[in-house]
Amino acid sequence: MQVQLRDPNIIMKLSRLGSFHQSRLSFLRSFLDEFKDWEYKNDLFDLDENGFGTAIYSFKKKERVYSLICFANKISDEERSDRVIATKWDAAFTLHDGIPSKRDIERLKNEVPKQEVGRLSYKELTLSRANKSVRVFNHVVESLSKGQQPDLDLLSKVGYLYRTTAVYGSGKFGLADRFRIKNREEINGPFRLEMMLVYLVRQFTFDQVNHVAKFKNPKTAVKLDSSICKNLGIGNSTGLGMAPFIVNHPTLLNNWIMSREIALKEIREIKKVNENEIKIFNNSLKNSIKNITTWNTDSEYQLKKINSLLNNIQKFLIFIEKEFNFEIDYPFNEIYLWLEQNTCEECTEYVVSMMLEPFDRIVKPLISKMSSDEDQYFTIPTYRTVEDLRNIIEKRYPDILKINFEKKENNKNFWFISKNKEEPRYADRFEENGSELEQPLAIARDIKKLYEVLLVSKNSLTIDKFLIENSDLRHVVRRAFIIEKFPYSEIQDNTIGEEVIPIDMLRLKLSFFGALKFDPRSDKWLRICMFQGAPLPIDLKNFDQQWVYNS
Amino acid sequence: MKSLSEIDTTSKRASRAAGFSWGVSEEIGKSIRLLELFGFQGVKTLNQYYETKPNQKFENLNLINEKNISENNSFCPITLGVNFLDQIRSIEKFKVITFNKVAFPLLMLPFLSRSSEIIGKKINVKFDQIEFLLNLNVNISSNILNQSCPISAENIVVSILENEDNFSEQEWKSLYKLSEDTFVEETDSLKEGAAGAGLTDND
Repeated sequence: MQVQLRDPNIIMKLSRLGSFHQSRLSFLRSFLDEFKDWEYKNDLFDLDENGFGTAIYSFKKKERVYSLICFANKISDEERSDRVIATKWDAAFTLHDGIPSKRDIERLKNEVPKQEVGRLSYKELTLSRANKSVRVFNHVVESLSKGQQPDLDLLSKVGYLYRTTAVYGSGKFGLADRFRIKNREEINGPFRLEMMLVYLVRQFTFDQVNHVAKFKNPKTAVKLDSSICKNLGIGNSTGLGMAPFIVNHPTLLNNWIMSREIALKEIREIKKVNENEIKIFNNSLKNSIKNITTWNTDSEYQLKKINSLLNNIQKFLIFIEKEFNFEIDYPFNEIYLWLEQNTCEECTEYVVSMMLEPFDRIVKPLISKMSSDEDQYFTIPTYRTVEDLRNIIEKRYPDILKINFEKKENNKNFWFISKNKEEPRYADRFEENGSELEQPLAIARDIKKLYEVLLVSKNSLTIDKFLIENSDLRHVVRRAFIIEKFPYSEIQDNTIGEEVIPIDMLRLKLSFFGALKFDPRSDKWLRICMFQGAPLPIDLKNFDQQWVYNS
Repeated sequence: MKSLSEIDTTSKRASRAAGFSWGVSEEIGKSIRLLELFGFQGVKTLNQYYETKPNQKFENLNLINEKNISENNSFCPITLGVNFLDQIRSIEKFKVITFNKVAFPLLMLPFLSRSSEIIGKKINVKFDQIEFLLNLNVNISSNILNQSCPISAENIVVSILENEDNFSEQEWKSLYKLSEDTFVEETDSLKEGAAGAGLTDND
């Protein structure tokens, strides 16, 4: 039986993309798989009694070493902010390529805590900063110093000791350009070094909290239990900065979604599944319910989604237990069809993630295909004709062509870069100034504009000649030729309309990172948790692949 | 040191601010990145161009011909470059293309370099005593390495080079003969047994 890949015109809608969940393809999980055989080491731990100072952690294999350098600094409560306008953080981090020299550490001590206004070098790969969850951190210090383990209820409500507020890579602020390292086998997957940074930061937070507790009361202090550590992750506050990324990297976006879609298609095409595969699927599904029931948020929007997801999952579990027989042919195809018929988008995508769990043989080869050499697709094939381009647009953007951008509600917002922080922002064009400096992120509107010009152009006109008169449409001409080859490269929605919920775009990217417990704080930023339940570095050699559900 | 990614992004944004469309600005970002990667003064030259642009008029050359003459102002290197790249498949047949005056000629080179990759042929650019060889977008050789490129050029000659060996037949034969010293003389037995196919191909 042959199953078709799902229709991009359905899958690439924002509401669907905003319903994605972590899966076996997620970057933090593939990072752990890749680095499980590397030698992990804490090379330096030079903190004072209050936990301020420098620490270094590394992963090493043969001649290759990656070192996380941590700088923990004292800041006042008033200075602590997750917003991008902050200038000081409890700790700042960089991932250094190799073993840092003393000179490197001195240089980085000056630059890394400054973050966006500091300068890094080609020897640094990623950069980040994080703030304590003061309430949790202090509680843990207090408990440990008295010889007690902390209150698990409090810990499970928050889920982490520290929250990062940005993780930068790929040439930002002088960091190494991707091309310098792209041929390294171990990073043949997107965001692998960003994941490494976050993972090692997590370990630093445990070591720091133990260290401070020990100094507070050396006689009675105990260490944070490793099973508790395992259930803590790293928080992250994410704003709009992430949203334009998925628009600006169309082939990369395609490769992420395509990998997921290919995996789903191949799983639906499996005629018979074995007992072990059924067991992994069922266990993952049942155990994952805990991740939904411990999902805390004050966001009404998210609470509604969580409730709907929980109800639908329960309905699905009843179906699986009472009505479904895995011995039928193509059982996962039947499951998928049932989900489409009987559950919400979020539940369907949730179970799709679960369906990937038993099938490493399908998923693993796809992981290495999730990167993209984007420059390869940058040049416009200008020998093609207006007719070709029009056909592509009609085929690939059918719903977008139906949008009337003359209507105010469809043209309501604009994306811009703020002058003070050089970060993407989103505002109402009819109420705020600056729409004349709009970023080229209103793809749906510009594709429609391109289509209207193509309709009155000569079919046989080649694109080189078309572009002479239509230079203002060049950016979308390029995209249309990209989507011809990469069907999942474009969000099939209007990203400037009144109804847009920008966090759907963040949610898509974060699900591929492997984030859990999306907690929207508004329609423009949210908090998440990463690596919660993940093995600790010392346990990496042999760990449960379904740790996300089984912790 | 600025990363190439920073150079790309900043050049793109500056180009948009200087009045180019977003699509052309994207091309400029990539071009300046390429110049810097190849060791040329891309950022410096783009900056000079944008400082000059408000006070000086440049000619936009849209359709590239064999001979391109501007009566008054110099050609804008960006419009010339973008159109050269877009039209490379139709202008390849000219073999030699001339431009009587081009402002900031360095800025058109990355577009010609990418054109060289598209057609799979090297491109030679010559003006005054300066020469560039654009090698299929893998690199750009020049006789002005570490020197500033002039801010304007007259009588630029762009030659599309045919794919030809740049060594003589004799030189090749001599090298080939030496390479033969790595071969094993085949005996009758090796002829029969050492190759995979050939004995039962008519079955």
